[in-house]
Amino acid sequence: MFVLIVGCGRVGSAIARTMLSEGHEVSVLDEDSEAIARLERGIDRSWEDMGGSITVGTALEIDALLEAGIERADAFVASTDGDNTNLVIAQVAQRRFNVRKVVVRVLDPARAAWYEGQGLQTICPTQKAIEMLEAAVREEAA
Amino acid sequence: MYVLIVGAGKVGWNLARELINKNHEITVIEAKPSRYATVEEELEHAVHLGDGSELWVLERAGIERADLVIAVTGDDEDNILICQVAREKYGVENVIARCNNPRNLQHFELLGVKPAISATDLILRLIEHEVPQYGLLRLLDLPREHLEIIELEVAAGSAAAGRTVVELGLPNGSLVISILREGGGFVPMADSEVKAGDEVLLVLDTTLEDEITSLFAAPAGSEAA
Repeated sequence: MFVLIVGCGRVGSAIARTMLSEGHEVSVLDEDSEAIARLERGIDRSWEDMGGSITVGTALEIDALLEAGIERADAFVASTDGDNTNLVIAQVAQRRFNVRKVVVRVLDPARAAWYEGQGLQTICPTQKAIEMLEAAVREEAA
Repeated sequence: MYVLIVGAGKVGWNLARELINKNHEITVIEAKPSRYATVEEELEHAVHLGDGSELWVLERAGIERADLVIAVTGDDEDNILICQVAREKYGVENVIARCNNPRNLQHFELLGVKPAISATDLILRLIEHEVPQYGLLRLLDLPREHLEIIELEVAAGSAAAGRTVVELGLPNGSLVISILREGGGFVPMADSEVKAGDEVLLVLDTTLEDEITSLFAAPAGSEAA
């Protein structure tokens, strides 16, 4: 499948590398031209040589999303460092481009929960951390 | 009326001041502590410090009872999100969003956030009105109906000059509704002649604008009047 990942930080770049190594077609969009360094870290080949593609541009810009291939994406990952940006572009991917699989990283548990209820698949690392930390503390009480 | 304004920049602050003068109840939310401190000196308890895209901050400011939410931060994604949750989560009937980058207007529309006001877009439209190209002036815009009423000057040597209305052969979806000449105006008949120097008012489908404009424009290469 064709995976478009918007936001190539720690999370986005890791997903991109994994998906590419699993044989998927991967396109990455990030506003920072240095983001590509994360994709190539510890590897002596360039991201493009490995078969990946990268577009430098702002997540909200339709032209950048088009250039990155949103029209033919089977899966869309919104993983920029902005919750609101992620929530807006994920809805754009879902409603305007009818991307089948859309996942959004949202750090704020409240917004993640509400948008989940509105039909977006949200992943909230903060909520996951809260649950794991609580479980770890409970072990002591048990 | 209870109005919640998110963003205490120049726009938010001035709006708050004007609305308070009109005896409305206002709360402004500002995320930047230094800006908050400045605005708080004047607006006092009417300004809250916090990130207006956090739901609990909106709730603390009483979004549930707001009659109107205005999102005027400098970030379009924040303004979209604030208005979206205001309407869909908290049932606020009226929202107004500021659109900083006119290219983002399509996102506001897609997500049902309207009206979205873009200062850049407004100024561009004003420029078009003040410095009309080919003597074209948009008198009325009905974007939802895809119709507009425009005023055009008939250039000397243009395809239209010297022809009757019926001879113009205007495309379907357009109509000459008046001709202005020598300080007067009239509603033309099919056999009324269009003369160089006239101003004509047309109602038309917006997609026909280029085709119609070219009919009334001076031929390419000649000096515009």
